[in-house]
Amino acid sequence: MNTFTFSQATGVAAAVQDNAAHDGAAYLGGGTNLIDLMKENVARPTHLIGLKKLGLDAIENLPDGGLRLGALATNADTAYHPEVEKRYPLLNQAILAGASPQLRNMATDGGNLMQRTRCYYFYDLATPCNKREPGSGCSAIGGYTRVHAILGASEHCIATHPSDMCVALAALDTTVRVSGPNGERTIKFEDFHRLPGDQPERDNTLEPGELITGLDLPAKGFEKNFSYLKLRDRTSYAFALVSVAAALELDGNTIKDARLALGGVAHKPWRDKEAEALLIGQPATADTFRAAAAKVLTGAKGQGTNNFKIELAKRAIVRALKQATEMNQALDANAFQNSNP
Amino acid sequence: MSQRFIQQPLGPPAPTLAPTQPVSLHINGQAHTLYIAPWTTLLDALREYLDLTGTKKGCDHGQCGACTVLVDGKRINSCLSLAITHEDSRIQTIEGLGTEDKLSPLQQAFIDHDAFQCGYCTPGQICSAQGLINEGKAKTEAEVRELMSGNVCRCGAYPNILSAVMEVLHNEGLIMEDKAWSAGATEPEIAPVEPPKK
Repeated sequence: MNTFTFSQATGVAAAVQDNAAHDGAAYLGGGTNLIDLMKENVARPTHLIGLKKLGLDAIENLPDGGLRLGALATNADTAYHPEVEKRYPLLNQAILAGASPQLRNMATDGGNLMQRTRCYYFYDLATPCNKREPGSGCSAIGGYTRVHAILGASEHCIATHPSDMCVALAALDTTVRVSGPNGERTIKFEDFHRLPGDQPERDNTLEPGELITGLDLPAKGFEKNFSYLKLRDRTSYAFALVSVAAALELDGNTIKDARLALGGVAHKPWRDKEAEALLIGQPATADTFRAAAAKVLTGAKGQGTNNFKIELAKRAIVRALKQATEMNQALDANAFQNSNP
Repeated sequence: MSQRFIQQPLGPPAPTLAPTQPVSLHINGQAHTLYIAPWTTLLDALREYLDLTGTKKGCDHGQCGACTVLVDGKRINSCLSLAITHEDSRIQTIEGLGTEDKLSPLQQAFIDHDAFQCGYCTPGQICSAQGLINEGKAKTEAEVRELMSGNVCRCGAYPNILSAVMEVLHNEGLIMEDKAWSAGATEPEIAPVEPPKK
């Protein structure tokens, strides 16, 4: 780890000011990813700004029926919060599918958005990586790509965003609240993380010095029909090869509203609104789900050792939508025959 | 004839000592003030500065759980946490859970169930299990397995760790399961190997 100075910020404005006053400063939330990256010498901030005393750890109901997650609320406190368990069980499932209890007790909600890829080559200082060292090349392309992208990748980077929580946040239409040198603003979740393009070193659209202060969930939580399906190399405490956040609003057997987002497949949580449009107004049947799955994976490109993820993702989407549908509905027993293509 | 060799400096002189600052920590009921650099992890502060070596350094990257301690009753990986960020916390390590004369229920259960082999992961396992009990979310075997997944045991003592944790949960009235969890109450799943006959 490189040497650095540390200061404990006492307020958001003070934290932003402190950041502006130091070249190479970084905000420290739970530290579960940043401290690890510093030990690996992948991240080398010269000044850390502790956020613990900002008091942004509350989870509060909003007047419009939504819920605000303070950026410093821990992942564990968020998952087990009564309002989240009751109104946003998809978010509860997604958070609990990730990391370990120890890490969830430390990791913050804002920090979850800020975590970086677990691409092996990004972590390995001995190999070129455009995300770590812009312009040096991508070692993953042509390498071992089990955890890499099948959607939205570029010739410069095929890394994936590793979060589970963010997949649910994307599906739920969350708004990210940030504060920075130019004041406060909000960012729609789909615009927060970016695709690699020719600037893979930029994971998100935050401006320099901006700090996440909260996450606003809209009132609609899809608490009746949802599923977070995570497929990975061991049954607990592993990153997703493919994960699916599926949420449905059903009227009888007809889909009134739908949300569909994938994790482990792209540089950002991969929400597909066109696939959602294919679901809305249709009967909740395997054929409908397969059509949506086919749409999501249109244009998917394997990198060699991760080619299997294209078919895996299709089947995972169908299964997650089926699980979401069957939660409280007795369906025609034949509707899902051969639902796994 | 003796020769005297004068060692020339091999490189630039050593840099000045790392800047330290006072950090107050409250550990196992005792207040301590350490003079440490800001990059000192809680794990290194415990082991290197306070001689509390029960907490183990396994992977040092938050993947194995050997460094698990309780901060304000919640289990965390002390290797990924800077000591300087814990000035207002109450920290409990394996040394603070029980004494040699009076082991904590989990410590006793780990012995009764033979829930370790090399023992390196054990302090982390026990602190993690204490955190799990404090959380109150695990009610079944499957839930205990899932919520203990942040602690790796390379000896593979998982079945015995599970039964030790289940026994304590059961004895403390935190789960209602018919199965008896006391040590020796369950049949081993694998029959003992018969010694070869001569």
